[in-house]
Amino acid sequence: MEKKKTKIEEFERNIYDIYDSDNIGYQVKQGLTEDIVAEISKNKKDPAWMRDLRMKSLKIYNETELPNWGPSLHELNMDNIVTYVRPGTSMTDDWKELPDDIRTTFERLGIPEAEWKSLSGVGAQYDSEVVYHSMREQLLEQGVIYTDMETALREYEDIVKEYFMKLLPATEHKFMALHGAVWSGGSFVYVPEGVKVSMPLQSYFRLNAPGAGQFEHTLIICEKNSSLHFIEGCSAPRHNTINLHAGGVELYIKEGATLRYSTIENWSKNMLNLNTKRALVEKDGKIEWVSGTFGSHITMLYPMSILKGENAKSEYTGVSFASSNQYLDTGSKVVHAAPNTSSTVSSKSISKNGGNTTYRSSVTIMPQAKNSKCSVICESLMMDDISRSDTIPVMDVRNDKADIGHEAKIGRISEKSIYYLMTRGLSEEEAKALIVRGFVEPVTKELPLEYAVEMNRLIGLELEGSIG
Amino acid sequence: MDQTLLNINNLYATLESGKEIICGLDLKVGQGEIHVIMGPNGAGKSTLANVIMGHPDYFVKDGNIYWQGEDITDLASNERAKKGIFLSFQTPEEIDGITMRDFLKSAKAATCGKPVPMLAFRKELEETLNLLQMDKAYADRYVNFGFSGGEKKKSEILQLLMLDAKLAILDETDSGLDVDAVKTVKEGIIHYRNQDETHSLLIISHSTKLLKDLPVDYVHVLVNGKIVFTGGKELIQKIDREGFADFLSM
Repeated sequence: MEKKKTKIEEFERNIYDIYDSDNIGYQVKQGLTEDIVAEISKNKKDPAWMRDLRMKSLKIYNETELPNWGPSLHELNMDNIVTYVRPGTSMTDDWKELPDDIRTTFERLGIPEAEWKSLSGVGAQYDSEVVYHSMREQLLEQGVIYTDMETALREYEDIVKEYFMKLLPATEHKFMALHGAVWSGGSFVYVPEGVKVSMPLQSYFRLNAPGAGQFEHTLIICEKNSSLHFIEGCSAPRHNTINLHAGGVELYIKEGATLRYSTIENWSKNMLNLNTKRALVEKDGKIEWVSGTFGSHITMLYPMSILKGENAKSEYTGVSFASSNQYLDTGSKVVHAAPNTSSTVSSKSISKNGGNTTYRSSVTIMPQAKNSKCSVICESLMMDDISRSDTIPVMDVRNDKADIGHEAKIGRISEKSIYYLMTRGLSEEEAKALIVRGFVEPVTKELPLEYAVEMNRLIGLELEGSIG
Repeated sequence: MDQTLLNINNLYATLESGKEIICGLDLKVGQGEIHVIMGPNGAGKSTLANVIMGHPDYFVKDGNIYWQGEDITDLASNERAKKGIFLSFQTPEEIDGITMRDFLKSAKAATCGKPVPMLAFRKELEETLNLLQMDKAYADRYVNFGFSGGEKKKSEILQLLMLDAKLAILDETDSGLDVDAVKTVKEGIIHYRNQDETHSLLIISHSTKLLKDLPVDYVHVLVNGKIVFTGGKELIQKIDREGFADFLSM
């Protein structure tokens, strides 16, 4: 155990920040027009229904206003964004076949090593396309499908057509519409009835090109009584131009199935991260969200659980860390739409050097959701008095047989605790890092060891101010 | 070589508000000595302990604190800890989410300035817990979190023993404890003393129970931020019987 830890801590601190200068195979022009969307669609050899979906989404995009709440998105100019960048390589299941610098990038991020040690399968996306996808033989035999969305659309078109953007309609908001128009890449997972996938699957998204957008679509279907842990990682080197991420994640969790969806996001600080994630949970099913948000200039992210079947459950555990020039607006949404459903939301945020974190959540208990339970706990820690933290919880309870709890704590880091730790020999920085590590422990303990270590390391780097 | 560890010279210390709490205090603690500080409530006993430790809320207006001849008046608390000064707090802080084990490992590495060998550390921790009649499970509980008053004081003694300090300042370590807990804490203190005969103690206490089995060298009476009288161990009994009345006008 100890050995692994050391190994990861020995990584260079700027591993996230190394830019591969030229790996572009093909890209569309900047901006967002019908021609560009048609070009992407043609290039990807979409079936007709998918081309229609893109065109309809574009129309909705043009008719939809920017959100009138949350962080200001005035820095986003779609005329400057390149929505599709194909890397100069095609997808493989052998790391060796990748161009050297792309392979080195993923090696630096520890992906092949994690795959070999503790994962059931790995997908790696570079700019707009998935460049590597592989899964252990055993899962193949059990009928598990894990591939990139493009392959899924070709080989399992019926399944994709049945589910694609049904939970995330383009009418939902402007960036979902944008996603519908220009989506590319992402992962498709299908777990057959009764199959329990013992080791996690991981998809990693790397956005390398400056001024580009990444719009991957992740679609996971867990059939009855199956279980899966899916891990998503994201990072990008820092550029001076605005990059955009508007991914879509839709998760279908059938009767009695359990899905854990973990994310460690470390986008560079020129990124607008406007991501949408949703889970539909049937009877006795369970979704567990584990979410760490560290990077990006602006993030707006509120994973949503729709508890559709009786006794369905949702757990959300999230942490966000905002430093200077960062505005992280995160939280969770839950809709209780059946009796005896239950949900917990546990959110932690840290702000430092003028960083801004907002916790925003909405919990809806529908009239039919009798005897439902919900508990929301959100805590914020401010490292100084120039940072900011807000809490905006909304609860909409439409029956009188629900059990609701809400607890919010906002505070400055305790000087007394810092002093106490310093009297035991720790420097002020070490003391603060230890307190912050303890503060986010409820999240790290939910992560597999390697990821917990990575998260602690990211916290360490944030505290030293050496990221971005 | 000079055997003096701590040498406090004409010390004046105030709060940020300017309120003077320590007013012209002198104190010398030599290697292997046990000093006791007694005094009425509000005399400045806890403040003195915190000023020695470098608490950022107190300001030294005049005078100096020397450690083995070196002026440490302006040194940060962690640097004092590294030199071997340990303060057992009256009300120890709770740190949520960090286990005693991880905390002690970090503290030990920081005070001794090098990484701690895993196996030796684990063994030492188990033995020390055992000595203090603490269940092994404490190692994996969060630092003082949800501990009872007695457990918190034992946790302080656990840290003292693990961190190998040269001078232990015990601020009311025995207050609010039941008879059994006082006994355990006392055994811990005696163990600290027996670990190394150069280990010194500065004990702030009201109670005779803790002190009677310790080879106390000096007893100081602190009144209004100043040591007004110094005597031997016999002073403890006198104060226990008669209180501080005799010293208040000194």
